[in-house]
Amino acid sequence: MAGKTLFDKIWDSHVVRSEPDGTTLLYIDRQLVHEVTSPQAFEGLKLAGRRPRRPAATLAVPDHNVPTTDRRLGIADHVSALQIQTLEDNCKDVGITLFNMSDIRQGIVHVIGPEQGFTLPGTTIVCGDSHTSTHGAFGALAFGIGTSEVEHVLATQCLVQKRPMTMEIRVDGTLSDRCSAKDIILAIIGKIGTAGGTGYVIEYTGSAIKALSMEGRMTLCNMSIEGGARAGMVAPDEKTIAYIKGRPLAPKGELFDRAVAVWHSLQTDPDARYDATITLQAELIAPQVSWGTSPGMVIGVDQAVPDPRSMPDEKLKHATERALEYMGLSPNMPITDIAVDKVFIGSCTNSRIEDLRLAASFAKGKKVATTVHAMVVPGSGLIKQQAEAEGLDRVFREAGFEWREAGCSMCLAMNADVLKPGERCASTSNRNFEGRQGAGGRTHLVSPAMAVAAAIEGHFVDIRHWS
Amino acid sequence: MEPFTTLTGLVAPLDRVNVDTDQVIPKQFLKTIKRTGLREGLFFDWRKLKDGSPDPSFFLNQPRYQGATILVTRDNFGCGSSREHAPWALLDQGFRCVIAPSFADIFYNNCFQNGILPVVLRSEDVQLLMNDALTIEGYRLTVDLDRQAVTTPKGILYRFEIDPFRKDCLYRGLDSIGLTLQHEPAITAYETRRMAEAPWLFPDLRS
Ligand code: SF4
Repeated sequence: MAGKTLFDKIWDSHVVRSEPDGTTLLYIDRQLVHEVTSPQAFEGLKLAGRRPRRPAATLAVPDHNVPTTDRRLGIADHVSALQIQTLEDNCKDVGITLFNMSDIRQGIVHVIGPEQGFTLPGTTIVCGDSHTSTHGAFGALAFGIGTSEVEHVLATQCLVQKRPMTMEIRVDGTLSDRCSAKDIILAIIGKIGTAGGTGYVIEYTGSAIKALSMEGRMTLCNMSIEGGARAGMVAPDEKTIAYIKGRPLAPKGELFDRAVAVWHSLQTDPDARYDATITLQAELIAPQVSWGTSPGMVIGVDQAVPDPRSMPDEKLKHATERALEYMGLSPNMPITDIAVDKVFIGSCTNSRIEDLRLAASFAKGKKVATTVHAMVVPGSGLIKQQAEAEGLDRVFREAGFEWREAGCSMCLAMNADVLKPGERCASTSNRNFEGRQGAGGRTHLVSPAMAVAAAIEGHFVDIRHWS
Repeated sequence: MEPFTTLTGLVAPLDRVNVDTDQVIPKQFLKTIKRTGLREGLFFDWRKLKDGSPDPSFFLNQPRYQGATILVTRDNFGCGSSREHAPWALLDQGFRCVIAPSFADIFYNNCFQNGILPVVLRSEDVQLLMNDALTIEGYRLTVDLDRQAVTTPKGILYRFEIDPFRKDCLYRGLDSIGLTLQHEPAITAYETRRMAEAPWLFPDLRS
């Protein structure tokens, strides 16, 4: 019998039952809940007279709507306030743990799961949010679901699923100095396209992936969805185990040792087969900058904006023209000529302590350009606290960055942090869709280092040669 | 959930690739705690011109597409955010069927949870339907779930594939949670078995 991939091992250990046609009832170990995609799920439960099967398997936190300014002032937008209150009421009603806005543990749902040790290797994790793929960094099968499925998991702790296909994305070699996990994943999406991973679960392998920190692996897995895959994963290793050890919700003592033994076995067998394999060489990955309105519209900073006139495919040409018009860019313009108005460092892609340390190291002793408004939004209250203990907030403030409270903030601009029409932003988030950061706003996706350099110079620069 | 059997209805064309759910319904409409009333947010940013007035070239603003129940669109429809508000808004507008060459996974799933049938046809066939919907006033299609076929007014028939389990649930309008709950004994048996292998995952169930 052929060996098993990491995915196969997790899937097989979570099958409750399966039909001859492959329809599988899959057990879900963990669910994360936030305020935007859950109210209708709780309402549905109530209407049907159902209760959550295992409230302790769910962790809730408001993140999308929360203000990132002084929390003591409350939430000015009463519709947002009602949604957050509804989450609190629902969780209290059924006994689900919730970190509210004034709790230091509050933060972006995909940041706090790992931070609390709620995210563990070998588990199935879901959330009503597409970036649930982030948790795959721990060797978990983690994917986003819709609100009806949130309700389904609350009621049954299971989901009805069909087995997806597996894709290996192998990145070997060594990244150039100052390139990061963000550049790897943007380069991957540039290569496979935004639908290239549809129907697959990706496993990232290779020496460049192994070399990434846990934070880097989270950045990588986070954007699997932007390549169309619902889940991305990295096999657990010593870094994974070291990260988890001692976290509040992680197993302790003898249970921890037993868990570690199991986690070590979560490796793809040498004779296992993937349904598809894609390879990249790390040395060839330049710092990436997206130029269009889809994450697949991305290019190295040392290149120029594409020219639709040179595109043979009509549909591609049309989409490119439309994107350039929206973005207010002209063909063949060097990426480094693009000037920005705003810089946003944050989101579940790049708001962890390592991101902030790195960003601060580039900001230290410099000044944000007078034409730029820049902000840093930590991924959680605990990250904010840690950063402040290390003096990173001072570095940012002195350089002219705003230092905010934790939340999704300008990643999707559901709170007050919004781009104005026509404003251009260098953002460490994950989506550059039309209007994502505010109607008419223009988003360029970049790494934290690239974002800092753009804030200081007022336009994109090649971070590899920036002093 | 309302069952889906056959549908004959007016077709609206949305000639764009990679339509993401941020476009289907932008964030400001996600603050609701209800599933209904989302039609006003559907394709909100595309409905208006820069000055805020309705864009007469956008299909939803054209009288000829009022009352459409079938949407024909391009590759990778529904990519991006998992928001189920996207199918809720389509449904609220009256759409019960979306035809495209491909869909993003989460959106595709979400459709089935809401009585919407997503139909995958070959790119060339979608192109033909798109052309007809753009050029022929009052263009209607018949979508037959049981026979897995889309039929044009001239009687041309396009067959589509669909997972049998999903088809059955949609056809009968079944409560999928209720179905899973019928397997309660299997779920409990799984938990008991798994607890022995990985007790750290069940702090709440261990006595
Ligand atoms: S930070 Fe952005 S992508 Fe991440 S969960 Fe929040 S809104 Fe979604």
